Amino acid sequence: MTDTPILPKEEIQKARHPMAEATEMFMKNHAAVAAAVVLMLIVLAAIFGPYIYPTDPFDMVWAPFSPPGEAGFLLGTDYLGRDLLAALIHGARVSIVIGLAAAFMSVFIGVTVGALAGFYRGYVEEILMRITEFFQVLPTLLFSMVIVALFGASLPMITFAIGIVSWTAVARITRSEFLRIRELEYVTASRASGASNGKLMFRIILPNALPPIIVQSALMVGSAILFEAGLSFLGLTDPNVVSWGQVIGSNRQYILDASYTVTIPGMAIFITVLAISLVGDGLNDALNPKLRQR
Amino acid sequence: MNLLQTVLTRILYAVLLLIAVLVLNFSLMHLAPGDVADTISQSMGGADAEVLADIRADYGLDKPFLVQLATYIGKVAQFDLGHSFFYNTSVTGLIMQKLPATLLLVITAQVLALVVGVILGVYSARHPNGISSHFVTFLALFGYSAPVFWTGILLLIGFSLHIQWFPVAGMRDVTIEGGFWVHFIDVVRHLVLPVITLSSIFLALYSRLCRATMMEVLGSDYVRTAKAKGLTTREIVYKHALKNSLSPVVTLAGLQFSAVISGAVLVETVFGWPGLGTLAFQSIIARDTPTILGILFFSALVVIVGNLLTDLALRLIDPRVGSKG
Repeated sequence: MTDTPILPKEEIQKARHPMAEATEMFMKNHAAVAAAVVLMLIVLAAIFGPYIYPTDPFDMVWAPFSPPGEAGFLLGTDYLGRDLLAALIHGARVSIVIGLAAAFMSVFIGVTVGALAGFYRGYVEEILMRITEFFQVLPTLLFSMVIVALFGASLPMITFAIGIVSWTAVARITRSEFLRIRELEYVTASRASGASNGKLMFRIILPNALPPIIVQSALMVGSAILFEAGLSFLGLTDPNVVSWGQVIGSNRQYILDASYTVTIPGMAIFITVLAISLVGDGLNDALNPKLRQR
Repeated sequence: MNLLQTVLTRILYAVLLLIAVLVLNFSLMHLAPGDVADTISQSMGGADAEVLADIRADYGLDKPFLVQLATYIGKVAQFDLGHSFFYNTSVTGLIMQKLPATLLLVITAQVLALVVGVILGVYSARHPNGISSHFVTFLALFGYSAPVFWTGILLLIGFSLHIQWFPVAGMRDVTIEGGFWVHFIDVVRHLVLPVITLSSIFLALYSRLCRATMMEVLGSDYVRTAKAKGLTTREIVYKHALKNSLSPVVTLAGLQFSAVISGAVLVETVFGWPGLGTLAFQSIIARDTPTILGILFFSALVVIVGNLLTDLALRLIDPRVGSKG
């Protein structure tokens, strides 16, 4: 720290906003940039696709098992003669909305639990971390299956079932960041100048704890999408809404006749989650400058 | 703290966790719309209010919540998880019948993922710019991003339908006759694809972590000392560095038990593997609540026991773990 040379004045003026620096780092990661573009396209398809391609994914439009490209159906038809492309476009909405909502919920719970545990320490930390451990022991998918099976397969219930089992990683990361940051000088200084606990937690410590939480949240969206796909593959989904996993689940008995009805929707899930994890990697590089040298 | 004391504390803690799982199970059963009396009356084709009240009295459903909870925990302590109305048998018996298949799948997949993950991790750490390093990166991305049931179906299409190397579904071929080894080989043939599918997720995690810790360890001072005193690279890597890079990987593996069980549910469904996952799937379709909750309890038990064993394994690999408390 002390041996940093004092910079000439023109150099100092060049120092930029940290966001600009992070953006530049992100842009250097070509895979992450490409993934971000792909992700953008998928989101656009989810938002506007159903207007551009209005075919109802539940309508029988042609003979069953018509291979991709034949009879004017780009991706073919499934075992009930339903248009697979329509299913992919309409299914993107469910996957992305549930992925985002469930990730938001688990980040909210995780940050709250982790922040309280890391800030207050003592018995608060003890109790909260025991609860976290309890949720780590529950087999996540089975627990979500139980919730959805007992309380009904509506989209909000599915979102809840995914969010309630996925927050433990965020809680642990938030806690360890809080434990580290709460001992730093600027926190002590704020405390000495009379900042309330709420202000210390959410205005002073949390913003500095954000980088790893953001990276983890990005990954959470990907795993929530995988989670939803798993549930709907097992048939635990709203039967009135089409989703990618559900298409695979309902077509899997027919892989001998038409393997594309399973491989194509799976590819959609794979590409989406891959894009999210590459963007997450890029965010990691951009937000954790210390790790860059590794 | 000596080892026995630690083990006892851990076991006590595990029992507390299990009781917490039971409380959760029971609360879920209570919160869910409809109760056992409704299920029974449905299977009888409807019943009037008086009969419903009788059934509730029979099953103790008219007693206060806490009394019912205590009865439930008491019953589970005697391994009585209730009665499955769909299979018309005891839930414990049903689960005991399916548990070995799941354990076989889960343990084989974990061991395979660990062994191959560590080998890949060590190899690619020694050749950081080689092809194996890129392979580990690729594997990590694929393992994280591909839905496991899709990976399973792809393998099924490739190696059971197109090239018919492995059977399509199940755990054994009932038409086969012969001695122990014939059956053993039969089960192994059925096991190959499900195990590869399930371990693909965790192989990615373990190899990436192992590579990272191994590279860190290889850069440390004591490795330089070992080099200076003239040990060969092979001796350094396998005798000194591996021991130290193994404990983070084993810790991670321990944390993954609940994820492995979750993955197993999907993999079993894809391959028709006759374990707890398939049973869970079927009993959810049949709305067989006692069985579903019994499976949840047993899989939590498997995770807790798995964590305990991991803890002990860590103490064996790295004696410092115990002394830290």
